[in-house]
Amino acid sequence: MSEFAIEAVDVVKQFGNFTAIENVTLRVPKGCIYGFLGPNGCGKSTMIRVLTGLLSPTSGQVNVLGLSIPKQAELLKLKIGYMTQQFSLYDDLSVEENMQFIGQIFGMGSKLLSQRIDEQLVTYGLDSKRKQRVEGMSGGQRQRLSLACATMHKPELLFLDEPTSAVDPENRREFWEQLFELSEQGTTILVTTHYMDEAERCHRLAVMESGVIRADGEPDMLMKQMGVNIVEVKSEQLRSLKQKLLATGAVRSAAQLGVRLRVLIYQDIIEPIQWLKTTFPELQHAEMNIARPSLEDVFVCVTGEGRQ
Amino acid sequence: MISFYRMNAVMVKEIRQLSRDRITFGMVVMLPLIQLLLFGFAINTDIRQIPIAVVDQSQSTAGRVITESVKVTQVVNVVKRFATAEEAEQAIKEGVVKAALILPSDLTQRMVQNRVLGQWVVDGSDTMISSAILALQSMPLTDFDFDIRPPTVKTFEVVLFYNPSRRSAVNIVPGLLGVILTMTMILFTSTAIVRERERGNLELLITTPIHSIELMVAKIVPYIFVGLVQVFIILGLGHFIFDVPINGSVAQILLGTLLFISASLSLGLMISTVAQTQLQAMQMTVFVLLPSILLSGFMFPYEGMPEVAQWISEVLPATHFMRLIRGVVLREADLFDLWRDTLWLAGFTVVGLFIASTRFKKTLD
Repeated sequence: MSEFAIEAVDVVKQFGNFTAIENVTLRVPKGCIYGFLGPNGCGKSTMIRVLTGLLSPTSGQVNVLGLSIPKQAELLKLKIGYMTQQFSLYDDLSVEENMQFIGQIFGMGSKLLSQRIDEQLVTYGLDSKRKQRVEGMSGGQRQRLSLACATMHKPELLFLDEPTSAVDPENRREFWEQLFELSEQGTTILVTTHYMDEAERCHRLAVMESGVIRADGEPDMLMKQMGVNIVEVKSEQLRSLKQKLLATGAVRSAAQLGVRLRVLIYQDIIEPIQWLKTTFPELQHAEMNIARPSLEDVFVCVTGEGRQ
Repeated sequence: MISFYRMNAVMVKEIRQLSRDRITFGMVVMLPLIQLLLFGFAINTDIRQIPIAVVDQSQSTAGRVITESVKVTQVVNVVKRFATAEEAEQAIKEGVVKAALILPSDLTQRMVQNRVLGQWVVDGSDTMISSAILALQSMPLTDFDFDIRPPTVKTFEVVLFYNPSRRSAVNIVPGLLGVILTMTMILFTSTAIVRERERGNLELLITTPIHSIELMVAKIVPYIFVGLVQVFIILGLGHFIFDVPINGSVAQILLGTLLFISASLSLGLMISTVAQTQLQAMQMTVFVLLPSILLSGFMFPYEGMPEVAQWISEVLPATHFMRLIRGVVLREADLFDLWRDTLWLAGFTVVGLFIASTRFKKTLD
């Protein structure tokens, strides 16, 4: 057995003339929470669908949990859980009925099933909603139910496609607690997101843009390898300053955060603050600090080119 | 491996959803009820009280007696009297009357000479009305004290089996069973898969281990019971309100209907795997429904259709069911007597299910 839960090599997926995924190579170690960070329409969902066997790749090899996909996709379906981007359970059934349905589809016997439902209801805080129909439930409750259903049969591998796009920050925090709990128990999790803070929680991360993986690795590593220093400048007339900075060619990007300008300066410049002061005399007395890099900086650094 | 456990899961889910969808549930009961009453009373091929005009130029007793005896037949209702044929023709053109009886001024002389007494001018556009008037062509005149016409001699004696009183309802009600079942059964299943797709349930469903054939079979089974409820309503009411005789055995009726329900459901499933939206599914259902009403023999006899129409008609499950159910209910036939239709319905179901489950791919490609 391989140490990877997912091993995809040179995967290409085309829809007609449009290439949704271009030569993507992805290795997800077992037991890890692997994040897929990227803007909408970058091919994250397509990648998940290829990995689950819902779409067959135009070329490339896909191996998930030791099964060759899409050939052995039916066998894989017993071992994975999938939480779709859109809520995909039944609105007109109750919480319990939805869980029963999914459990039975996965072949769970009635005794095991009712025991498992009780367990899941407690784990996901849906105990009091047991008999309630899904229609009229909040985004957070729906999301917890989706996760509860996706993990009914204790899958080895869990695919989550933008699981938190419809929930508030508090629910998101709780949701991640549950993911770490699952990961602790040995479940491998592949999660797509476009939230930076969420991506930061993953063990490993791939940044995807226009169907290409621009960077991958541990979040800390990615931040270290960015090749830029970050200076936060507090000054007047930030808009015009930004234009001038970008024109120098030594600045990767500049983004305004309220009264500050966050400037990403290439590491060729050893003393960035000194450099700023000498290049722009108007900044002589401005307040400037070196800032800790964030994932957003990584994202901006690796994806900039494709956007133009 | 086909798992009945998984099929059961889908069936239970379908039944729960169906029982919570009040409008659909209401349709199951109200549709056969209302249509049966409507069609049972309204569709009547036995024409009565056609509005006509009389132009009596003879102004004689004989003219009045003839007019009366035409009225007594109840086929027509005299609503206008005109002095000239031109006025009567105008009234037909305006649609006020459907026909006019013109009795010429030399009526009494014609009676003596044993010639044709008068003329019917008929709006022949509706063939049912014209044939009703045509039947009056050689009506006997018995209201005179003397025989004014020699009695006609019949060439044949006709015996009418199964519906001697020639009531339309006897033929309509079993046929209605076919039409209503076609409509509801195809409609329910044609939207079945599409609905899951539209509501986003499908993507989840295809990542589970369920097989296509399990899903297809489990989707139609609950509706078989729905269909049987409708059969019960239609035949029950038909029997008690319209006095339709149930001559065949109940087991044969059930078996025949079951075959037709399954065939219609699998046709609906086929539509469901083609249509992308519920609206498209609905349109395709109508596309099947119209020929099922018009070409199946429900309204017009199959035998009178041109050959091409008969081919189309032979493809439709409704045609075979019309023959089957009328045969069983009215003529006390059984499914073996009508083995061609029985076989067709069974074959249609199997092929339909096969096509639907091969068309339904568990991928998004």
